[in-house]
Amino acid sequence: MNHLDLLTFARGSALNWALIIFVAGVVLRLFEIFGLSRKTDLAKPRIDSPGSGWRTMLTRSIPPQGMVKRDPVTYIAGYVFHLGLFLAIFFFAPHIEFFRSITGLSWPALPSALVDASVVAAIVALAVLLAHRLNNPVKRLLSTFSDYLAWTVTLLPLLTGYMAYHHLMLEYTLMLALHLFSVELLLVLLPFTKLFHTFSVFVSRWYNGDFFGRKGVAS
Amino acid sequence: MSATLEKGLNAFKEVIDTPIASYFSSCVHCGLCAEACLFYNETGDAKYTPIHKLEPLRRVWKQEYTLLGRLGKLLGLAKPVTDAELTEWEPLVYDSCTMCGRCSMVCPVGNDITYMIRKMREGMSASGHAPEDMKGATKRAVEIGSPMGIKWPAVQAQIKHVQAETGIEVPVDVQGADYLVLMSSMEIINFPEYLSAISRIFKQAGVSWTLAPDAFEATNSGIQIGASDLAREIVSRIVVAAERLKVKCVISPECGHAFTAIRWEGPNLMGKPFGFEVKHILEVLDELRLAGKIKTRGKDKRPLTYHDPCQITRRGGVVEQPRHLLGEIAEDFREMPDAGVMNWCCGGGGGVSANSRAEPLRLEAFKVKKRQIESTGVHTLITACANCRIVMEEGLEHYHMKVEVLGLTELLAEYLVEGE
Repeated sequence: MNHLDLLTFARGSALNWALIIFVAGVVLRLFEIFGLSRKTDLAKPRIDSPGSGWRTMLTRSIPPQGMVKRDPVTYIAGYVFHLGLFLAIFFFAPHIEFFRSITGLSWPALPSALVDASVVAAIVALAVLLAHRLNNPVKRLLSTFSDYLAWTVTLLPLLTGYMAYHHLMLEYTLMLALHLFSVELLLVLLPFTKLFHTFSVFVSRWYNGDFFGRKGVAS
Repeated sequence: MSATLEKGLNAFKEVIDTPIASYFSSCVHCGLCAEACLFYNETGDAKYTPIHKLEPLRRVWKQEYTLLGRLGKLLGLAKPVTDAELTEWEPLVYDSCTMCGRCSMVCPVGNDITYMIRKMREGMSASGHAPEDMKGATKRAVEIGSPMGIKWPAVQAQIKHVQAETGIEVPVDVQGADYLVLMSSMEIINFPEYLSAISRIFKQAGVSWTLAPDAFEATNSGIQIGASDLAREIVSRIVVAAERLKVKCVISPECGHAFTAIRWEGPNLMGKPFGFEVKHILEVLDELRLAGKIKTRGKDKRPLTYHDPCQITRRGGVVEQPRHLLGEIAEDFREMPDAGVMNWCCGGGGGVSANSRAEPLRLEAFKVKKRQIESTGVHTLITACANCRIVMEEGLEHYHMKVEVLGLTELLAEYLVEGE
């Protein structure tokens, strides 16, 4: 199998299978969560605040006062990583082309140099977060194999994407195939690791916001 | 009913609902909840990280309610939750968590960790892994009627005393009164000023109220230890009395968890919405103030600050009322840093103050309160929870601080214009 065949496989059946597992996995995990249901809260809410769950989905992205100072590394590197990854996934011209080919939807891309910079920033942030995880006693205590696995499979697409774009180390076609494989690995593992927070974060934030909202405390 | 591991694990399975599944699914092990926890902050010990306190519950969720976890269990790869592990976790779940709710406010993925601790305690208590002192308090609450073993005659003695002191008759068992007033054992034993203050304020405001001999105790050890069946029994006494007397509103006293027990958990424990309202005393007082029914004269010249009880403020939504009331009677009111919904716990909530084993840790955790008070430079501390009050008095004494602690209701009564 030459490099082109490998890339064809990566773009073809490998991608299809990865997407199938990803979608099925996400649906399964959502069923696992919502299938448990919850009891209706019979206590009369203090104020009728129907939007509080939805608002908290967004407002929880803002750190509470004084918290950044307590753990600046987690907050700053966390923001840089998430933003960098988001820009790289959704605003790199070839990625938009890929999404268009699947969904038919298209949107303006960011200049490649900017995406390149955000990828570098995200990689650096990931490295900082790993060092923090290994050094901070709280994070170290909480960490399991799954945390390091999640870190690795998140790093790989960024790294291979960067190397493919800059024609580093390996031949371009091969590197591009590896980039696709790394994305497929990420897709397959996402529903079954903590990376599922990509989806469940909106559920957990909603419940938190609803809880505090009923009590008249904006969270 | 004897407690067994099996019952505990079943209780774990039973309490896990959609919110909890979403919380465990979302946790990225960032550790930020530790930064919000007074026990972690004051000791620096990572084991006090809030989400870590839930590890046994998390594994039960994973092994029972996720496909991968179940596969792991089937293949014998899953680590089962054992009695030994729960014994190890008992101090984490009870001694080092006051269910203050700060972690739930800061978790970036929105996990309500406090909600999960409350639920986890159901399994801990069902498996026999609750602190002995809390078991005793709960037993007394169920059998005698109060966690401190107080009976109605003790209240009657206090009523007599208050009537002699104020010349105001304390109403008992009045059918159709607007308000049913509850107290906490702490107030009956240590702070008789509360009943006296209520009598005077309500007389001036022309409020129709009553006490009930079968429902004077507001505290609820059942929700602290995590035994919903007992919590229901305790709360049902209040519901029965309120319905019997046909009151419009039940007033939760200056006690934090009592408010959570009656106002928020009560209807859910009973399985039906209440036909009466439940308000914290500060809410009632502020309504009376707004209606112009409380007349005060003069202002307290002492610099003073207010300690927000967690269950009343952060978990209860009574934030502005104490500030309005203090505005009427305090000349030099100073806010502590982090006051309001992000205030630091006194260290003794959620049953911790009833658990003598936790005392050294509680005093260690009090250092944050000490710093907060010191930064305001006051020697008078106002609060609205008798448990916070006694815990802070002990902490202040331990650290040789000359700070007086007062309940807001009694302070308000001091400035009341009476007999005009």
